[in-house]
Amino acid sequence: MSNRPPATDWATDFDHLDPRWSENPYPIWDELRQSCPIAHTDRFMGAYFPSRYEDVRAIAYDTEHFSSRRVVVRETRQPFPPAPPITSDPPAHRPAKQVLLPAFTPEMIGRYEPRTRDICRELLERIGDRKRCDGAIDYAQEIPVRVIAHMLGVPETDADQFRKWIKEILEIGITDVSVVLRAHGEMIAYFADHVAARRASPRDDLIGYLINARVEDQSFSDQHIIGTLRLLMIAGIDTTWSAIGSCLWHLAQHAQDRRRLAAEPGLMGPAVEEFLRAYAPVTMAREVVKETQIAGCTFKPGQMVLLSFPAANRDPTMFPDADRVMIDREQNRHAAFGLGIHRCIGSNLARMEIRAALSEWLARFPEFRLDPDAPVTWSVGTVRGPRRLPLLLGA
Amino acid sequence: MASKILKVRVDRERCQGHARCFALAPELFELDQFGNGRERGDGTVPAALEAKARLAQDNCPELAIEVIEE
Repeated sequence: MSNRPPATDWATDFDHLDPRWSENPYPIWDELRQSCPIAHTDRFMGAYFPSRYEDVRAIAYDTEHFSSRRVVVRETRQPFPPAPPITSDPPAHRPAKQVLLPAFTPEMIGRYEPRTRDICRELLERIGDRKRCDGAIDYAQEIPVRVIAHMLGVPETDADQFRKWIKEILEIGITDVSVVLRAHGEMIAYFADHVAARRASPRDDLIGYLINARVEDQSFSDQHIIGTLRLLMIAGIDTTWSAIGSCLWHLAQHAQDRRRLAAEPGLMGPAVEEFLRAYAPVTMAREVVKETQIAGCTFKPGQMVLLSFPAANRDPTMFPDADRVMIDREQNRHAAFGLGIHRCIGSNLARMEIRAALSEWLARFPEFRLDPDAPVTWSVGTVRGPRRLPLLLGA
Repeated sequence: MASKILKVRVDRERCQGHARCFALAPELFELDQFGNGRERGDGTVPAALEAKARLAQDNCPELAIEVIEE
């Protein structure tokens, strides 16, 4: 990705893999919102970028003109095996989502909170009395991967393998399709083994749940179940790891917020919502399947849309002082988990994990700041969060 | 003049199960087995909970919550 020609003009030649975009996209989006709210690029075989909340919302709601069959903007239009329900359009979307919903309610997710907090404490214990650590590597990246492994009933010790697949699918694979195909193939084989094992010897985990689940008396094929398991793994890991990392990155630089949050646990709810708004990690995509117009822009079939919920969340028309992080913001209809029928199935899980990770961290390390001698680095592509977050611990 | 009665109502078609209403005002909202929101009972808001009703409305990403004066 390093040898790409730099973007010459964000409105007509945007490139979300450009290092300037990965490093700090917010000024770029602010500029676009004022000059050309729906940008376009000929890169990626053609893609649009709406920067305003109302346009992102309109597209998220419009499943007639915008299909979810491709949810990542890539260099090519290679077809991949589906991962229902994220890649499903109506009417197939409904049963594929319906089957998952009961397993992801706040009540059901609450059952995983003790294990989540144990994981956080184990990681903090491992950091121990060190004066420095990497908040992304030593902490954030380890939490969601282990929680999702626990939920699915696969070994937590496979965590490195899961993160490798995700990096291949969501980062490296944007420009190298063979890497995505291989990662998908390996994941399908991995989950096929687990589904077969569960059929032979049932267990009370999410894989077992999906095997037994019925919607309107219909069970799901192994192919469908494996697709859904790939989705849960891909969507459940670097998204929340990125969110936790961004929260720590913010708190490392804002002593007032850090101290308020440590002193007033009641603020954790609104603070997490505000971090989700301001540092929303996930950008989705749609493929235009029928020509339509939004805000004077014609969307041509075959082109992609980079559907940036993070950009929508920084729109000052919707959020006063959008670029200011206010941990007690009262009105906050942010779109970090999407809008419309594709609302993130894991939103309750992500919220629980972020709250647990922050409160356990603050209880152990109420004082910390960025290490001035080591740079923070950010992920590239579809999910945004710190990948290196060097911190100095203690006052 | 009779004192007004305040009610909340969740539009079941718009609700996508973000569960913000239940998190912010569990006295007024509940979730069904799919995690979708609905008002408790007939949605009547006791005077002491009016601010919570507005807070839930202000935080619903799908604009699915109505606060109605009867």
